[in-house]
Amino acid sequence: MRRQLLLKDINVPGIQSYDVYRRQGGYTAVEKALRGMSPEQVTEEVKLSGLRGRGGAGFPTGLKWTFIDRKSGKPVYLVCNADESEPGTFKDRYLLEHIPHLLIEGMILASYAIGANTAYIYMRGEFRWIFPILERAIAEAKAAGFLGSNILGSGFSLEIHVHPGGGAYICGEETALLESLEGKRGNPRLKPPYFPAVMGLYHCPTLVNNVETLATVPSIITMGGAEYARIGVGKSTGTKLISASGHINKPGVYEIELGLPVEEFIYSDEYCGGIWKGRQLKAVVAGGSSVPILPADLILKTAKGEPRLMTYESLAEGGFQTGTMLGSGGFIVMDETTCIVRNLWNFTRFYHHESCGQCSPCREGTGWMEKVLHRIEHGEGRPHDIDLLDDVAKKIEGKTICPLGDAAAWPVSSAIRHFREDFEYHIRYPEKVRNPKHFEIEPLVPRRHLATA
Amino acid sequence: MGTQSQHNTTFSPETLELVKRIIARYPEGKQKSALLPVLHLAQAEFGGWLSTETMDYVASLLDIKPIEVYEVATFYTMFNLKPVGKCVLEVCRTGPCALRGSDDIIEHLQKKLNIRDGETSADGMFTLMTVECLASCGTAPVMQVGDHYIENLSCESLDEILDRLRAQHEQKAS
Amino acid sequence: MAKITIDGIETEVPDGTTILNAARQIGGAIVPPAMCYYTSLQQSGGKCRVCLVRVAQASARDPRPLPKLVASCSTPVQDGMIVENITSPDVLEARKGVVEFLLINHPLDCPICDQAGECDLQDLSYAHGLATTRYEEERRTFEPIDIGDKIKLHMTRCILCYRCTYVADQLTDERRHGVLNRGDRAEIGTYIQKAIDNDFSGNMIDVCPVGALTDRTFRFKSRVWFTRPLDAHRNCEKCCGKVVLWTKGEEVLRVTARKDKYGEVHEFICNECRFEHKNLSDWVVEGPRHIDRHSVISQNHYEKINLVALKKEIERQIQFQKGRTNGNNPNALTA
Ligand SMILES: Cc1cc2nc3c(=O)[nH]c(=O)nc-3n(C[C@H](O)[C@H](O)[C@H](O)COP(=O)(O)O)c2cc1C
Ligand code: SF4
Ligand code: SF4
Ligand code: FES
Repeated sequence: MRRQLLLKDINVPGIQSYDVYRRQGGYTAVEKALRGMSPEQVTEEVKLSGLRGRGGAGFPTGLKWTFIDRKSGKPVYLVCNADESEPGTFKDRYLLEHIPHLLIEGMILASYAIGANTAYIYMRGEFRWIFPILERAIAEAKAAGFLGSNILGSGFSLEIHVHPGGGAYICGEETALLESLEGKRGNPRLKPPYFPAVMGLYHCPTLVNNVETLATVPSIITMGGAEYARIGVGKSTGTKLISASGHINKPGVYEIELGLPVEEFIYSDEYCGGIWKGRQLKAVVAGGSSVPILPADLILKTAKGEPRLMTYESLAEGGFQTGTMLGSGGFIVMDETTCIVRNLWNFTRFYHHESCGQCSPCREGTGWMEKVLHRIEHGEGRPHDIDLLDDVAKKIEGKTICPLGDAAAWPVSSAIRHFREDFEYHIRYPEKVRNPKHFEIEPLVPRRHLATA
Repeated sequence: MGTQSQHNTTFSPETLELVKRIIARYPEGKQKSALLPVLHLAQAEFGGWLSTETMDYVASLLDIKPIEVYEVATFYTMFNLKPVGKCVLEVCRTGPCALRGSDDIIEHLQKKLNIRDGETSADGMFTLMTVECLASCGTAPVMQVGDHYIENLSCESLDEILDRLRAQHEQKAS
Repeated sequence: MAKITIDGIETEVPDGTTILNAARQIGGAIVPPAMCYYTSLQQSGGKCRVCLVRVAQASARDPRPLPKLVASCSTPVQDGMIVENITSPDVLEARKGVVEFLLINHPLDCPICDQAGECDLQDLSYAHGLATTRYEEERRTFEPIDIGDKIKLHMTRCILCYRCTYVADQLTDERRHGVLNRGDRAEIGTYIQKAIDNDFSGNMIDVCPVGALTDRTFRFKSRVWFTRPLDAHRNCEKCCGKVVLWTKGEEVLRVTARKDKYGEVHEFICNECRFEHKNLSDWVVEGPRHIDRHSVISQNHYEKINLVALKKEIERQIQFQKGRTNGNNPNALTA
């Protein structure tokens, strides 16, 4: 049976409010930790849980907490990354909007563990209606004695503030986020020397964690890290929110136990409910727009023919040749009428639009790729364009200051790797692709990748 | 204080109080951190966009150089640097929304309002903008209007939505 | 101190030195190019990515290679680090890519550009092959603007190295220009027309690696290679007063600060020295300026780059790398 930790109370009426949240057992993890555990013990439980960052990179959370330099004599900050802007990802918003106290509880625990007395929630500015929700929740928690000074008589104090972004995907990258929080342009910082754990916000040690990561901590403290680690498969422990979108019958946010077969996730009525309009599956971008796209056959089964599971490892099985990444869990499904070139042009336009422009490969390369893709999609492609695109992507990947460069390059390389026919078709039949709905009118068959339903 | 402002409008006393509280969220001397929140307040209070005068005013409030405000305001897409209509329609154009028909939504709005991306309708009511992923892909297509998202858009529902928005604004005006 | 090997050549540098500066200490062909890093400007570097190198061994303690190429200008050395620059085909390929990126939106208007002959981008593209032919799309354009009566900005030529903004931040008392907009729409500007008028603003011209910021007072437009550079100085209350006069006959066409062989100024000069003293008699001339760069200036008038020697050097490095993997004595060749 599937376990729910984050969303189990999401449908309880009034769960947004402190009273209802508390009645459902909320803030008992804070009581447990502040009354009976040392900060090190809290960190230890998180380490034991095997929890990995839910913002995209999947870095072990407990280990990250130990990197915080607590002896510098400078203040330590916790920053919650609520910038959620990776296309296909909308799970943090769901938590922020519907169960804000879960995040606040997690932030209290994390702050206690790392010794932070000030924490910020950096939330994308577009979520305007959520600011009052969070601010009310913070005020309620403070009134109830879970925030402010000397919480539960433990001597530990914490203030949480909400900070709005201004519309920039790049500010989800943790060092850009810190620059932005300091009131600057969201230009990512160089690592070295600006590792947040040592030289973060205001050059002080700073922990940046994703909303979902922090919201998971109360469950870990309540049930114990070891117990949490029993959920899932191998190094993919616990539950994960998946944002499902695209051509499926039931888009939405789902909490899954890691290890769920991809096929079950797509086709079972409990989750996506299958492909819409009775169509067939063509491709999936499994972890937010940045991860490599996979054709139907490779997303359902690995190249070795094993069922693909929703875990960090299984999705990555086969490397970039035949695998992808779990990323932020933005699961974008495309049916047989989807034009891979059009979708790629769209994504590349996104990265071009969002590049901060600091380093030359990303600044110049994303625009170049977008222009070439725009031409191909609009019937002006040339045979050498495909290899050119592939080469430009290679010249960006791994050469930039921050991973946005990689995020822009991977979709291009993988689309060419798995869907070269789509590109060739565009170049061969320019007059056909001039209608933007070309593959709806005349799907590109036969597809070697189409999953037989 | 930095640059003296020529701005003939200043924030209302309530907003100024709020600005003070916002600045207090950040450590002493780090008042520049308040720039994004204060720019949002300024845009809301001074007609939905940021004029040079408004930005200079914000610079003086936070005791920073005007160029520091221009650099930031031009980086982030939520700040409008030229006047906009009473009601700004920000339609998501990114992949997941596109898979569920946002291109048609945008085209429909362009035809209906007789404007292109970034333009304002002749009556000054609507400004149309395309924006990148709003984190609402599960309820695509989506657009942001003011403080809220309008989700699961369809060309059929748009006409009614526009009428409603227009009525709301006329009511507010009278 | 840290021992570090770059392209097979070993050296020892103080802890915290960057790979680039360690390489500069060795000198010669193994020094990575740099377009955005500038020693005397804090926070500069890391942006243009032309200085990328491969770290084949992270340190003596951790002999693994680093997974990605690193910016040599902003990566500090570790004891026992082994770095490959011109001996790594990956590095050369990546650099070619970066140069191509820097050129795709560049107007390639060298024939009418004041910087021609002393332009780092021109030098770089000569060294790494002009590969612009693959770019068939539209280039971005901007109108040239005057920022004040002394400086002209050709934004089309800017490579967004941010150096001029650091000059304004770190040398002048009020920065009035900055980087506006985002991505490849980013531009250097003042937002609204504002003159930049400040005692040290002229140094922006000297730090600009390309012809984006040029001296509007450069009289009688002349190619730099037709001018005669002279070291000169005067007593100045505001700055060191040590300059280079770019002369033609008795005329001073332009005054700049003195750049080292990597194109960097270490002693900045004030605007009065730069713009107000265009008479030879204002200056104590020390003698001809030795231009020590691999640039067109030196190619035309001074020492020619010895391409044969350069090739030989690279060949030697490659042989050395081969030898090392064959277990030969690594020190044999470095002497
Ligand atoms: C371009 C880019 C965008 C990112 N956007 C987000 C985001 O919107 N939300 C997020 O939590 N992490 C995002 N990240 C990841 C963060 O840099 C960081 O790894 C994360 O917030 C760490 O939290 P975690 O360890 O809890 O996942 C982004 C990274 C990059 C490179
Ligand atoms: S990779 Fe792109 S987003 Fe990241 S620092 Fe470079 S230009 Fe900015
Ligand atoms: S104008 Fe010159 S110095 Fe300034 S950023 Fe551009 S290239 Fe660099
Ligand atoms: S000189 Fe190192 S990145 Fe520009």
